[in-house]
Amino acid sequence: MSQALPVLKAKDFASDQDVRWCPGCGDYAILNQVKKTLAKIGAQKESTVFVAGIGCSSRFPYYMGTYGVHSIHGRAPAIATGVKITNPELDVWVVTGDGDALSIGGNHLMHVLRRNVNLKILLFNNRIYGLTKGQYSPTSEIGKRSPSSPMGSIDPPLTPISIALAAEASFVARAVDVDKGLGEVLERAAAHEGSAFVEIYQDCNVFNHGEYSHATDKDTKEDNVLRLVDGEPLLFGKDKDKGIVFTDAKPEVVTVGKGGITLSDIAVHDESDATLAYALGRLRHPDFPEPMGVFRSVQGNRYEEQLLKQVTDAQESRGVGSLDDLFNTGDVYTIEEKNGTHQLHD
Amino acid sequence: MAGQVQNKNDKRKTLARQSAVVRFAGDSGDGMQLAGTQFTDTSAIVGNDIATLPDYPAEIRAPAGTVAGVSGFQINFASEDIYTPGDKVDSLIAMNPAALKAHLPEVKHEGIVVVNETEFNKTNLKKAGYPADYNPLDDDDFLDNYQVYAVPITRLNQESLKETGMGAKDIGRCKNMFALGIIYWLYDRPLETTIKYITSYFTDKKGKPEVAEANIKSLKSGYYFGETAEMFTERYQINRADITPGLYRKVVGNEATAMGLVTASRLSKRDLVYCSYPITPASTVLHALAGMRHYGVKTFQAEDEIAAVCAAIGVSYAGGMGVTGTSGPGLALKSEAIGLAVMTELPLVIVNVQRGGPSTGLPTKTEQSDLLQALWGRNGDCPVAIIAPKSPADCFDTAIEASRIAMEHMIPVIILTDGYIANGSEPWPIPKADDLEPINIQSLPPIDEENKFEPYKRLDEKLARPWASPGNKGYEHRIGGLEKEYDTGNVSYDPDNHQKMTRVRQEKIERIADVVPPLEPHGDMSGDLLVLGWGGTFGAIHTAVERARGKGLSVSSAHLRYLNPMPSNLGDVIKRYKRVLVPELNTGQLRLLVRSKYLVDARGLNKVQGKPFLVEEIEQAIDLMLVDGFGDHEYLMPRNHKVRGDRHAYDFESNEGRAK
Ligand code: SF4
Repeated sequence: MSQALPVLKAKDFASDQDVRWCPGCGDYAILNQVKKTLAKIGAQKESTVFVAGIGCSSRFPYYMGTYGVHSIHGRAPAIATGVKITNPELDVWVVTGDGDALSIGGNHLMHVLRRNVNLKILLFNNRIYGLTKGQYSPTSEIGKRSPSSPMGSIDPPLTPISIALAAEASFVARAVDVDKGLGEVLERAAAHEGSAFVEIYQDCNVFNHGEYSHATDKDTKEDNVLRLVDGEPLLFGKDKDKGIVFTDAKPEVVTVGKGGITLSDIAVHDESDATLAYALGRLRHPDFPEPMGVFRSVQGNRYEEQLLKQVTDAQESRGVGSLDDLFNTGDVYTIEEKNGTHQLHD
Repeated sequence: MAGQVQNKNDKRKTLARQSAVVRFAGDSGDGMQLAGTQFTDTSAIVGNDIATLPDYPAEIRAPAGTVAGVSGFQINFASEDIYTPGDKVDSLIAMNPAALKAHLPEVKHEGIVVVNETEFNKTNLKKAGYPADYNPLDDDDFLDNYQVYAVPITRLNQESLKETGMGAKDIGRCKNMFALGIIYWLYDRPLETTIKYITSYFTDKKGKPEVAEANIKSLKSGYYFGETAEMFTERYQINRADITPGLYRKVVGNEATAMGLVTASRLSKRDLVYCSYPITPASTVLHALAGMRHYGVKTFQAEDEIAAVCAAIGVSYAGGMGVTGTSGPGLALKSEAIGLAVMTELPLVIVNVQRGGPSTGLPTKTEQSDLLQALWGRNGDCPVAIIAPKSPADCFDTAIEASRIAMEHMIPVIILTDGYIANGSEPWPIPKADDLEPINIQSLPPIDEENKFEPYKRLDEKLARPWASPGNKGYEHRIGGLEKEYDTGNVSYDPDNHQKMTRVRQEKIERIADVVPPLEPHGDMSGDLLVLGWGGTFGAIHTAVERARGKGLSVSSAHLRYLNPMPSNLGDVIKRYKRVLVPELNTGQLRLLVRSKYLVDARGLNKVQGKPFLVEEIEQAIDLMLVDGFGDHEYLMPRNHKVRGDRHAYDFESNEGRAK
């Protein structure tokens, strides 16, 4: 048996650097929750790596006492892939934002998810460019007024959950920065074997404050949030009496006990159902409650393991190649001393 | 020789030659690359020195029979040392009219031209773009200036295989072997190597012994045709070269690069992960490495060029040997990430197989025009080391050397190879693994409560920082693209620190010059002219200077393997010669560097035709330099194999040589 690993507390995962996000930024809550989660799952600092791109959220690695890379805009998934395929033993987390992951780095996000590299990807979605002082982002609503869209943005927004599902992500979840559900989602993501994509609604206190108040205000949030539980009916509301039904694949909000609706009419969540996950991803405030929790969780082959397996399989079937083997492949021939013969080797 | 039938009554002469240049040309579906490769392998094995130049069309499926669809393969084989695939062709094999049209201009006056007569019909002549009612085979001018052998290759091949019961299409596929057989006879080569190849490929690998048999039959039929048809009045013999005895194999440049990378991985005990996006002409490095899983090699075909270099950076951060490969346009896409590797001071090897640019340019053609991009094509003061191989086999040593510098000095290194040496081949003396020098990576500094780990603290006089990868307890640290504080590596906006770190990054590159061998000119230590080059032009420059020296001229050459930093004695070397000529396959990138750094009036010979230099082009430039140093012209460009020296006779290209 190997030595028991030390049990770390949340604060043990902090680095010695001052955290420099704006006061009241949602990133603080996420940072704390991530540290708690790492402590809870028994993570070790030396085998944990945080890789980030550029943006407010991407400063994250500097505040963790683990290994970390604060890289370039949009490229964190690619760098993290390189880390993971080199050393599959490491726990690798990607921290990114809506601009980083969906705009400049959209291509990498799509491909890391389809490959199912075993990374935990946290997308802090504040629907704004914070670091560059408040321009609209690919998740900002149409009409968003910002320094770069004084007459209102004319770009329709992306839905991160839809993008992840379209890229065949094996784990797709959503949580709110200050909500208790974040811890549960992070734990599930950490435990998932494969790419885990987590969208986190994050409040930018300076440039987009209140964007998610519907999901955070004590008085209203239970009416605006649908907490997903695998195998359970899609119920929400303070009294858990409201629910979602799908009629001809069209979602509708109903109340149990009204209009002849019973509990058995309510759709039941199924984490293995990608079509349902996609439909849930499109439910938006204010017409619908916004689902939180795990949309999809399925098992698939992990990229880094398959790659390693190709190496071990090849070494098993062909033997571990030596350099001399490598040099002597192909048509090797001998040049003898002058006037000698030339011989072709096998 | 075994495998050959020698007609005892054959009265035809066999003439000894020191070298010969043969070119196979045909439609891209005609199997010319295979015929050329086989001829090369056989020539290597009989002990000739060899150098090859494949020439592919840019489109995979250009319309059959057109000039755009012609694929060529040139080989120079000799009983003496050779360094280039040869300027002019001694024997051309043209499988259709388009191939003749495309390649005839490079055939020597009175050279041999074997044409596949069957294909010289109206339709094909039209496709090739010959004027209506014109057939070169009826043109006295053509027939008088070359030794033309019109052989109905398609028809004869069909006849020889009609008993096999194969379909016309399959029979047609064997005609390259018939053509190869004729040339084997012409140059008195044995058939065994090719027979062995055909058997192992079709019988053993594909399980199609009948196809193997047909190909062998075609090969032999071609050979016997040469033997019996009495069409050829003489044949040629090129004896084995005076090559150092030992074990050899033929290597293609990209294959040598791949082997060099695997070797560096073993020598450094770091796992190689090659991250790349398919791009011509670099893809064959990816293909070669993807087939080497049993050597412990991982390859990652990324979603784009940026992901490829970023993944390689991730590999290096995780403690592996991160390598990315590309060509010019891809290098441009990787710029920002290379900056990250410079800032994070991680080892990274970037293989750039240069091709004709700018933009998509000439994907299948060669050029040396990425030197300045490699040196300066990034934001900020962002130095990287640059080295360039000089020949296909040298790609092996260069890949090891680049990896060594990257890992020992903790910096990114760009290898500038090019399409010409990447696809070209030459004999390679096989090294012994035990004789290769290990790559020494610094161990991590000891740490304890008092001495916490400082990721940017310099380890040695190379100024390398420690390579602490995840998994090492107590060495946890964060890196990134923001400026780093000297020693601690924490983010720092301090003005003095930024200046110091900018200097450190530059100094790290400059200190490589301490371990780089001094430049040794070939020829005299001083004299009238130094011809200075780098990369794949080595062979042509070396040969041209040798010829000039043979004429008694005071000319020497020097070859730069290290482009950044350059050897520390380069300035001294340059000053010992009255004039400096820099031939390059670009419009003067090294020339610019040499002029600005050493304040020397270097002149250029610059060619951007997608083709390597001809030796005679450099020879002419040398002559002109010795006459008047190109006069007012900073550089000249060759056209139609002529470097024009008379200012009034300059055509458009040479007029580009600007007055000082
Ligand atoms: S700008 Fe917004 S997202 Fe960025 S740190 Fe400040 S509050 Fe947070």
